[in-house]
Amino acid sequence: MRLEYFQMVDRIVALDPEARTIRMEGLVPEESPIFEGHFPGHPILPGVLMIETIAQCGGWLVLATLRFGFMPFLLQVKEAKMRSFVSPGQLLETEARLIHDGSGYAVIEGSISSNGKKVAEAEIRYRVVPFPNDTLREQMLATARRIEVPERFFHAA
Amino acid sequence: MSSTFETVAGIIAETCDIEIGTITAESHAINDLGIDSLDFLDVAFAIDKAFGIKMPLEQWTQEVNDGKATTDEYFVLGNLCRHIDGLVAAKTA
Repeated sequence: MRLEYFQMVDRIVALDPEARTIRMEGLVPEESPIFEGHFPGHPILPGVLMIETIAQCGGWLVLATLRFGFMPFLLQVKEAKMRSFVSPGQLLETEARLIHDGSGYAVIEGSISSNGKKVAEAEIRYRVVPFPNDTLREQMLATARRIEVPERFFHAA
Repeated sequence: MSSTFETVAGIIAETCDIEIGTITAESHAINDLGIDSLDFLDVAFAIDKAFGIKMPLEQWTQEVNDGKATTDEYFVLGNLCRHIDGLVAAKTA
């Protein structure tokens, strides 16, 4: 993870658009400017970044489901729960399930676990729209390659 | 079994915190009930789930933007319910 750049996904572990599921990993860095303020003497991952992590995880699932033809933008966060602190150096496993692929919107349920214990969960809703420009789409594809999204999900068959 | 309108009115009342007695088949979701686009997506999700359909919101929006339909066609609740019934019928056909 590179928190300052909102890079919350290190690697996709499993991705199955047919089953509407995704699982990914991210290692919380030992050091980040974010921990200087959150909090001095007690560094923990901000809850909003846990939500962002779930949103990105589900977002990659939506992108793969739609074969990178449309971009999901965060629309709504519901039922978010932060169950325990996350510290620097902790490995996080995040998973999400697409519960509705609507017309122009999508809904996922996701959660983060660490050492087998659930640390956060949320339902995330996205507005799903055509990519606003080619630059963003190319950047998303480049990131997809970095985090090991299988190339067969990049384009419609 | 609830009618389509009763189900939709119940969803709108609960999702948007609107008194159910003020919701009629002639109500326009935006102009009369004041439902904004974010709340309408909540309503759409609840309707999709309740009826097991996928309302083609993008297509409807495009038709309105292209001047092929007015917002009344999709946002007046009686008309919306007619479209929902059509989608349900198409699903089970």
